[in-house]
Amino acid sequence: MKKIMSGNEAIARGAYEAGVSVAAAYPGTPSTEILENIAQYPSIRAQWSPNEKVALEVGIGASLAGARVLVAMKHVGLNVAADPWMTIAYTGVNGGLVLVSADDPGMHSSQNEQDNRFYARMAGVPLLEPADSQEAKEFVRLALEISEEYDTPVLLRITTRIAHSKGLVELGERKEHDLRPYIKDPKKYVMIPGNARGRHVAVVERLAKLARLAEEIPINKVEMRGKLGVITSGVCYQYVREVLPEASVFKLGLTYPLPEDAIRAFAERVDELFVIEELEPFLEEQIRAMGIRVKGKELTGVLGELNQKRLAVSLGLEEPPPAVDVPPRPPVLCPGCPHRGVFYVLRRLRLTVLGDIGCYSLGALPPLDAMDTCICMGASIGSALGMEKADSVWAEKSVAVIGDSTFLHSGMTPLLDVVYNGGRTTVLILDNSTTAMTGHQDHPGTGRTLGGEAAPKVDLEKLVRALGVRRIRRVDAYDLDSLRRAVREEIEAPEPSVIIVTRPCALKVPPGRPSVVDEAKCNNCGLCLRLGCPAIQEGAWIDSHLCRGCGLCREVCPREAIGGDADVQS
Amino acid sequence: MSKVKNILLVGVGGQGIILAGKLLAEVLAAGGFDVKLSEVHGMAQRGGSVVTQVRFGPQVYSPLVSPGKVDYLVAFEQIEAWRWLSWLGPGGLLIMDEQIIYPAGRTQVTLPEDLTGRPGTVCLNARRIAEEAGLVKAANMVLLGALAAHLGIELEIWYRVLENSVPLKYLESNRKALEEGFARAKPSAG
Repeated sequence: MKKIMSGNEAIARGAYEAGVSVAAAYPGTPSTEILENIAQYPSIRAQWSPNEKVALEVGIGASLAGARVLVAMKHVGLNVAADPWMTIAYTGVNGGLVLVSADDPGMHSSQNEQDNRFYARMAGVPLLEPADSQEAKEFVRLALEISEEYDTPVLLRITTRIAHSKGLVELGERKEHDLRPYIKDPKKYVMIPGNARGRHVAVVERLAKLARLAEEIPINKVEMRGKLGVITSGVCYQYVREVLPEASVFKLGLTYPLPEDAIRAFAERVDELFVIEELEPFLEEQIRAMGIRVKGKELTGVLGELNQKRLAVSLGLEEPPPAVDVPPRPPVLCPGCPHRGVFYVLRRLRLTVLGDIGCYSLGALPPLDAMDTCICMGASIGSALGMEKADSVWAEKSVAVIGDSTFLHSGMTPLLDVVYNGGRTTVLILDNSTTAMTGHQDHPGTGRTLGGEAAPKVDLEKLVRALGVRRIRRVDAYDLDSLRRAVREEIEAPEPSVIIVTRPCALKVPPGRPSVVDEAKCNNCGLCLRLGCPAIQEGAWIDSHLCRGCGLCREVCPREAIGGDADVQS
Repeated sequence: MSKVKNILLVGVGGQGIILAGKLLAEVLAAGGFDVKLSEVHGMAQRGGSVVTQVRFGPQVYSPLVSPGKVDYLVAFEQIEAWRWLSWLGPGGLLIMDEQIIYPAGRTQVTLPEDLTGRPGTVCLNARRIAEEAGLVKAANMVLLGALAAHLGIELEIWYRVLENSVPLKYLESNRKALEEGFARAKPSAG
C-alpha cells in the first residue's frame, strides 16, 4: 500500500516499521513532525524532552537498555546535544540509535544554515542522506541496522525540502525488535581518559570498516548515462535529474565515510565531474583530497537552498528569473498575540531588549522594533548579564525576554548565573503555556505530555524562586499599565527580578468579541497602528474576521475611539 | 518529463493552504499519478507569504516548481497572485480569490493592474461563496473546486478524499464549497 507522506511522516513510519520502541526530541522546525507522528504509534514510547541534549541522553539510556531508538532535532539542536553526541561516538550503542538532524538551508525558520554533515565527520560516525520520503523511511531501518552491526550511533541528515516535501511511500509491517540484554562494560561505557583512549581506537577501526561498507552498500548507486558525471546526495539528486537528465550520476546515500574506490572508478568513466550539494563543500573537499578534479562550489556557491532553477542558472543553462516588484509580506505576530503588548511597552520605555528564540523573535520587526538580539535558545539571559558586567548602567537599561518553553529548554542555568554572580538583570518570561512557533507542542510547564497524558506541571514561580530570585511578579500580558509599571520598578530594583507575563497563545483559546473603531471619535493619530496588529488597518479600521478582541488597541487609544464589547476572556 | 504538471497554491498563513495542498496531493495520487508536494512550516506561517508547490505526472523528481513552468496558479488573495504571476508558464491558468489581504501595517498597495479583469483568469469571491455554502473557512475548498474542474479527475475521488480528511460535521459544507467552485471554473473571455 502506498501513502502520501512528508519526509518527517516517513521517518516516523520508518521508526515504527524498524521496531523502534523509544523516541525523544525537542520541537524545532523542520524536525517537529517526526515525533508528533511517532506519537501516533502506541508501540513506541515517544516524548518531548526539555531540550535536545536531554533527548539524546534519554536515547543513550534506552539504547543501553537494548531498545532501538530514534532521537530527532533541528540542526541547531545538535549544537545543544553535541556534548553527548561526540562521546557516544566513542561508547557506541547497545540497541540501535539513530539521530535525525533536520537542517534548514535557506533558513526558512532558523537563525543560521549550518551544515550538520560535519557532525558526522567530527564524531567519526556514519552519515545517511535520503533524497525523498520513500528513502527517508527506508534509511531509518538501514541506519538502525548499521548502528547495531557497527556499534555506532548513526546520523540521518535531512533538510527542509526532505522534511516538508511529500511523496508516495510504500508502507511495510512493523518488525518487533526484542530488547538486547544490557551487559556491564565499563571499558566501553565509562569514558574516563584511560577507557576513552581505547575507544578512540575503536572509532578509527570502525570508520575503516564503514568505508568498506560504503563501497558496496546499494544506496550508493551509480547511474551511467552521458560523459558528464555528477556526484550528489539528498534532495540535490532530484534537482540534478531535472536539470541534467543526460548526465551520469553517482547518488550517495551513505555520505560519510565516502566510498573512495567507487568514486575514483566513476571519475574515470566520465569526461567532466561535478559535485552538486547544498551549503558547504562537504563531499567536494573530501573528493578533491583524493586528488580527483571536480567542479562544485564555484558553480553553486555555499549560500542558501538549491532548486532546479538555481542549479540551471549556476550551470549557465538558464537565465535568472525576473525580480518581482510586490511588497514583501514578512511574518508577524498573530492578532491577539500576548507577546504584542510586551514589545509595545518595552519599545515605549526605550529599553535594550536581549531576545531569544520563539514566536516573540518577531517582536524585532517593525513597527514594534523592540528586540536587539536573537542568537540561540536561552541566550537572552546570559547576554543581559554580560552587558551589565561590561557596564553596570545596562542593568537599568536592558531586559532579557524569553518564552516559557525556551526558558525550560536553556534559560534556567543562565538565570542561576545572574543570581550567583550578583547580577541585577530583569528577565521577562513570556508564558503562553505552549511551544507556539513550532505548532503548539507541550513541555514540562503545560501539564501534558506528547502522548496527551496529564503530567506534573512545573510551577515557574517556585522554580525561579528556587534558583535564588526573590523579586518575582506575575502580570497579565493584556494589561499594559501593569506591565509598564512592573518593568519600570524591576529594572530599578538592586537585585535580579523575573516578571512572568501570562496569557495563553491566542491560537489556543477561542477569540473574544472583535473591537470596533468609532469613526466619529477617531482622528487617525495612528497610535494603534504601532501595535503592528494585522487586524488593524490604516484609517483606522479593524477587520472583524481577524480581530480576536484582545483589547490592546483600546488600551493605547488616547481618544477612547475603539470599543465595542470586545470581552477579553480571562 | 514535460508531462509533469505544476501547481502553486499561494496565499497568507492561516488561509488553509496546507490542508488544501494535502487534499490535492491525495486526490492526484488516487488519480494514479506520481505526486510530490512541498510546503512551508514554522515562522513563515505567522501571517507571512505561504506557498505550497504540487507536481504530478508519470514520474516526478524535484518537489519544487520552477519559475515560468507553472500550469495552475491558485491564489488565495490578490497580492500573492501578483507575487507569483510571473511563474505562470505559457498557457498557464490563474485561479484567484478576488480578496486582498494587505501586509501588516499597510492599507494600500499599488498593484500593476487589476487582476480581476485579466483575460483567461478564473476570479472568484471564494469567501462569500464559502459563506453561502455554510462555512466561511471553506474558501480553500471553493478554490480547489475551481481547480478540480480543470484537472479532469472525477469528482467522486475528491469526495472520497474529502471524507477521509475533514471532520464529519464540516463535510457537507466543504463538499458544497467544492461543488460551488467547480461550477464557477470558467475562465473569463480573452
